[in-house]
Amino acid sequence: MRLRELAHARTGDKGDISSISVIAYDPGDFAFLAEHVTAERVAAHFGASVRGTVERYELPGLGALNFVMHAALGGGVTRSLALDAHGKSLSCMLLEMDVPDTQAPPRGP
Amino acid sequence: MKTVRIGSGAGYSGDRIEPAVELAERGDIAYLGFECLAERTIALAQAARLADPEAGYDPLLTARMEAVLAACVQRGIRIITNMGAANPRAAAGEIARVARRLKLPGLKIAAVTGDDVLADITTAPYPLMERPGETTAALNGSIVSANAYLGVAPIVEALAAGANIVVTGRVADPALFMAPLVHEFGWRMDDWATLGQATVIGHLLECAGQITGGYFADPGYKDVADLARLGFPLAEVRADGSAVLTKVAGSGGTVSLRSCKEQLLYELHDPARYYQPDVVADFSAVTLAADGADRVAVAGGRGTPRTGQLKVSIGYRDSFVGEGQISYAGAGALARAKLALEIVRERLRLTGVRTSELRCDIIGVDSLHRGPAAAAPEPREVRIRVTGRTDSLAEAARIGNEVETLYTNGPAGGGGAWKSAREVLGVVSTLIAETKVRPAVSYQVS
Repeated sequence: MRLRELAHARTGDKGDISSISVIAYDPGDFAFLAEHVTAERVAAHFGASVRGTVERYELPGLGALNFVMHAALGGGVTRSLALDAHGKSLSCMLLEMDVPDTQAPPRGP
Repeated sequence: MKTVRIGSGAGYSGDRIEPAVELAERGDIAYLGFECLAERTIALAQAARLADPEAGYDPLLTARMEAVLAACVQRGIRIITNMGAANPRAAAGEIARVARRLKLPGLKIAAVTGDDVLADITTAPYPLMERPGETTAALNGSIVSANAYLGVAPIVEALAAGANIVVTGRVADPALFMAPLVHEFGWRMDDWATLGQATVIGHLLECAGQITGGYFADPGYKDVADLARLGFPLAEVRADGSAVLTKVAGSGGTVSLRSCKEQLLYELHDPARYYQPDVVADFSAVTLAADGADRVAVAGGRGTPRTGQLKVSIGYRDSFVGEGQISYAGAGALARAKLALEIVRERLRLTGVRTSELRCDIIGVDSLHRGPAAAAPEPREVRIRVTGRTDSLAEAARIGNEVETLYTNGPAGGGGAWKSAREVLGVVSTLIAETKVRPAVSYQVS
């Protein structure tokens, strides 16, 4: 299943750093997200467009993960040649990531 | 217990104007903040000020003040904004002119200055945060602006002096909302926990509609009603720093746990260390709790002592960028788009256009996401986009020209060509000791 069925997300930008929060719809899914949405998997998902490291911060109280991706915005919002220089659209692309099927039906809305 | 209600009237320079009017008229607020200064905006504003000493403030300042000033004055609402950009004193003068036109005499308008540290930055080499090993010397001669992120102190000073409106240049965005709280509650500037919680409140408010359902809706997953009439947020804050985020009843949008969680983490790196001029805020133990329809209670922000260093945004003349786009549709559209990109690349080579960086996208296929491709059906229409970095505007213009000439020299059915060429102001950052920065407040009366 896609991550989108379990979590919502938002991208922020500062300079050449893109940060993406991944937030469980049901806080009970936090442990599942923490196990399957690792910094390594996020780095692989974005491939060569993220040239730096990916760090992950955990916020179990909010049921959320926060990913900080370095050298991810084409040299920085102000000089990037990308159409979406801020990387606003990256959060929705991250939600396309495959995670193992849970037995329960999707919990999206 | 005393409660202070504070609204957020704009989340960026070009934001909608009516939601602030709605907040002023129906929000029962005491303060209205407008955050309108993005990283690069102040560099552009500085360039405008160099051309005209009375320019350099936010282009929508006049329109926003014309829209909200009467409603704010009538209800005693005080306004705090960074729309002063590169010229807060000129902005204060313009606000005074608007007030006189609206027959609102006697308003005290404070201008906060001192964020401009260009003289310091250009006389000594400062290490660049984004470029390890390099200093401001690497930008020799190209720096156009350098502004330190000020904290709440000068805004609190202006409020204590009775200012109805406080207009600043660069200050930390949350400080626009923290300052009235410090002023109202008399919080000590070494009460790190409370300043940390105040930062949380400011952070949640500063992007306006992003916490009330903007930048959020996803049909079928996160549905939001009435985004065309999105209400902007307000916070009800108590003396202990606890707060409820809400919006004007009947306005569009939603204030929910989900919208608040997304905004809480927006642009955050390490949640336990959010560096601000007045405090290192710690968001890691923040709690959010539903408190009725469109009401979310927020508490648990903490903090540790400030570092004594202020972040400085440096604007500099970086390069020139040229761009061209053209669209293809119908069967074979993707193949024709790929052919078009091949042609443009070869033309740029043949005609000797010098680019230090070149990017070729197919909008509809790979312009937003360059990761490993998922299998997808061929799109019915696509648009190519070629953009490159050059050393001159004339060289940049040649890129768009080579896309445009595809009309008559490229693949079949190319339509809707568009081109542009522009100078790029880049932004880098450094740190400066707070003791080197001297905020000042001056006043005008309408």
